[in-house]
Amino acid sequence: MPQSSLKDYLHESQLFLGRAIVSGTLVILALVALVGRLFFLQVENHEHFTTLSQDNRVKLEPLPPTRGLIFDRNGAILAQNLPAYSLEIIPEKTRNLTETIEQIGEIISITEDDIQRFHRLRKQRRRFDSIPIRVRLQEDEVARIAVHRHRFPGVDVKATLLRDYPQGLQTAHLLGYVGRINEKELQLIDTSNYSGTDFIGKNGVEKSYESLLHGAVGLQQVEVNAKGRVLRVLENQPPQPGNDLQLFLDMRLQSTALEALGEYNGAVVAIDIETGGVLTMVSKPGYNPNLFVEGISSRDYRALEESPDNPLFNRAIRGQYPPGSTVKPFIGLAGLEYDVVGFYQETYCPGYYQLPGKDHKYRDWKKWGHGKVDMAKGIIESCDVYYYELARTLGIDRLYEFLTGFGFGIPSRVDLDGELSGLMPSREWKQSKRREPWYPGETLIVGIGQGYFLATPLQLASATATLANRGHRIRPRVVATIEGPDGEKRDSPLIEDVLHQLDPEHWNQVIDAMTQVVEGQRGTARSIYTSNYRIAGKTGTAQVFSIKQDEEYDEETVAKRKRDHALFVAFAPVENPQIAIAVVVENGGHGGSVAAPIARKVMDRYLVDTPQAN
Amino acid sequence: MAKPHITFHESQPAKAQGLLAWLHIDLPLMIALLLLVGIGLAILFSAGDKEMVLLHKQLIRLGFGFAVMVVLAQIHPDNFRRWSPWLYGLGILFLVLVILFGELGKGAQRWLDLGFVRFQPSEMFKLTLPMLIAWYLAEQRLPPSPSRLIAAALFTVLPVILIAKQPDLGTALLVGSGGAFALFLAGISWRLIAVGGILMAAMGPVTWYLMHDYQRQRVLTFLNPESDPLGTGYHIIQSKIAIGSGGISGKGWLNGTQSHLEFLPERHTDFIFAVISEEFGLVGVVALLMLYLFIILRGLYIASQAQDTFGRILAGALSLIFFVYLFVNAGMVTGLLPVVGVPLPLISYGGTSLVTILASFGILMSIQTHKKLLPT
Repeated sequence: MPQSSLKDYLHESQLFLGRAIVSGTLVILALVALVGRLFFLQVENHEHFTTLSQDNRVKLEPLPPTRGLIFDRNGAILAQNLPAYSLEIIPEKTRNLTETIEQIGEIISITEDDIQRFHRLRKQRRRFDSIPIRVRLQEDEVARIAVHRHRFPGVDVKATLLRDYPQGLQTAHLLGYVGRINEKELQLIDTSNYSGTDFIGKNGVEKSYESLLHGAVGLQQVEVNAKGRVLRVLENQPPQPGNDLQLFLDMRLQSTALEALGEYNGAVVAIDIETGGVLTMVSKPGYNPNLFVEGISSRDYRALEESPDNPLFNRAIRGQYPPGSTVKPFIGLAGLEYDVVGFYQETYCPGYYQLPGKDHKYRDWKKWGHGKVDMAKGIIESCDVYYYELARTLGIDRLYEFLTGFGFGIPSRVDLDGELSGLMPSREWKQSKRREPWYPGETLIVGIGQGYFLATPLQLASATATLANRGHRIRPRVVATIEGPDGEKRDSPLIEDVLHQLDPEHWNQVIDAMTQVVEGQRGTARSIYTSNYRIAGKTGTAQVFSIKQDEEYDEETVAKRKRDHALFVAFAPVENPQIAIAVVVENGGHGGSVAAPIARKVMDRYLVDTPQAN
Repeated sequence: MAKPHITFHESQPAKAQGLLAWLHIDLPLMIALLLLVGIGLAILFSAGDKEMVLLHKQLIRLGFGFAVMVVLAQIHPDNFRRWSPWLYGLGILFLVLVILFGELGKGAQRWLDLGFVRFQPSEMFKLTLPMLIAWYLAEQRLPPSPSRLIAAALFTVLPVILIAKQPDLGTALLVGSGGAFALFLAGISWRLIAVGGILMAAMGPVTWYLMHDYQRQRVLTFLNPESDPLGTGYHIIQSKIAIGSGGISGKGWLNGTQSHLEFLPERHTDFIFAVISEEFGLVGVVALLMLYLFIILRGLYIASQAQDTFGRILAGALSLIFFVYLFVNAGMVTGLLPVVGVPLPLISYGGTSLVTILASFGILMSIQTHKKLLPT
């Protein structure tokens, strides 16, 4: 038995040894397979995984450029970037979003509008994006948040540069404003250049000069951890700031014009005759552009949108008004140029005009008539009958040809977005738009700047400048100088057309007559006469609604909104024209009494530099 | 002149050997384990982002684990044999209690709170199941009879099912493989092994049906990790990036970007193998695998030198379980196997398995050092 048990023992021992060797071999084979796998990953695919590892670790972060500044001609700052603190929330990191906002509201003031904007922005962004709940925090608010910050995970104070318009509503229409980039704009911009930018010019200079103001994005390579937190900067390519813009605008004139408009709505545009530079461009009422920068509340926006005064509307380049009598000097010039009338040739004005064989009476503003009228008197006293007659003699085709030469009916191509072209009616226009032939009576109405005839305040100012310049039409421009980040300055180009090679005598005669408008005993703008410099001007009154035949027009009883627009165009000094101006006062009544004094104040500010009591 | 010198030189090692023998420590195994644990701590220091608290906790666990190892090494293998049916029965009781009263952790019911101690009964089966199979099969001559085999298979399947139900796939796998290895080492015929293999393959669809959703997801992710790169596939993708970007020589200790920048999840626990691969490269990992291989082969050697069948089977099975730990973990981290929650033995941060593994080495040392001198 011991023999057999020993045999058993040896047998079992041998059996086990066999199995142990098999196991050991399998273990070695398995480990060899594992090493093979490691070789595959670490040697054969090493480069692939190294790239992935770098991609993991290194992120490209855009560095947004600083937006260019905007100055007026005297260096007054119009648009700048101010450091502002905003309170931002990363929704994903909060425990309870609604509760968090409520609790923050107990520490600093958060309005219903703030909350609405927050939720609006939240819909557009991803969950891990930081979204502002409050902007422009006061310093004590920043401090209060800092004390309580530990209570609010995912809430942080961010320092950003916010666009600021120190002149506020005075420059609102001209400069426009920046706002957050929307879906539509996203389609149009170079997204890589805007990768770090939140804001884009929406209007005015900010929009028209967007590409120059914006600058070029910088990039930095940063090492991040898995949570996306930046650990260190590996490489830095700084952004290139945007260009600074110096405008032709003179802030002194701008505020004078705005103030001079008083309670009225309207527009004032003044142009530097030599350069075409826009010295002032006022549209009243204005609005506060700073409201738009961080997203205007829907309530404020609705108030602006629905206001009957239409404050968002830039009257200076988009307001199309009948030019009224302000076109008379141009039409007079046309009469001389086409040689259909002599400067001293007289017409009799009985207070109305009738087309041969027609009963319809075309009224003069002076019911009892001006009596004998020559071209000068027609301009000085603004006799309508004289210009009905002259317009009829010229005919619509010649009127169209001559007046478009001064820029009526065509965009001035000023360096601002959204300009409207006004309307210089013609036979072709009426046929294509109204499917009607041109009637002779309509020519008469064009002769006094009414009917279909429409012009923007900018067009009026530009045409007046062209007149002062004796036919040298210089394209109006807002921006004077562009200063690059390297300090290099470029002037915006002066673009000039010489359109009217007229007899110099014709210019002198018409300009003389315009001078008499201010200086003459019976001039419609004699109230603005000054001994400091000589003004050539022309008043105008644009009918807002038409009076029926034989109906009296009584200023007192007509509702304010239906009252005539008062217009005035002028340039000065007569001998050496420097400034051309157009003033449109909505529902202001008479050009001479309402619009002309405004022009005078602006010109005083420019030419005399001391406001004159009138 | 020369004599004192000789005695001096000979007495020192002899004294040390004497101490180790008295403590029932197997020197080669001990050295390899200490080396492995040392490397593990260095890597944990890097993977845990130089967090000393982590290191302290791990050191305390290791101290406890080595103490358990030394204590078990003092116990004669005969005692283990005597206790094995009782330990097994107690373990099954605990598993049932876990299912009835156990505590939840990470969506699985694994812990049993006995008031004074909280532990995972499933862990002890990594030791007691091989023990039971070894005891049961060693009672008769080998290879075992068919009826014994069926009984042994049932002994294995019972705890495996109970553990898989918790659910704890990793432990079930390790326990099951422990039972299987014991049977294999006991010398069951190759034909039966083939039949078993076919049966296992046939079980595949059934297993799929029985699996929990998250387990199925793991298998699907394993088959195509790119299908869900930010969800379930994230672990394995990041782990492969860590390993692959390590290259031949690695990024250097403390310089692994995948781990230090927190791209690699569970980097100090289940995915620490990826940290090693990233920082020490292929060279470092192969060296580490050699160390593991040495420990496994030393275990198999101890098994082959064991005095009786019980010791042989038990020692062999415990060594192979240690291998399964290594292979399942490394296979998972390298994307060879699906993600199963098995730690890298003696290196991953965490307590329970660490103590179990060191306990198994205590048993191995006990088997190695309690040999009676046999007449040859």
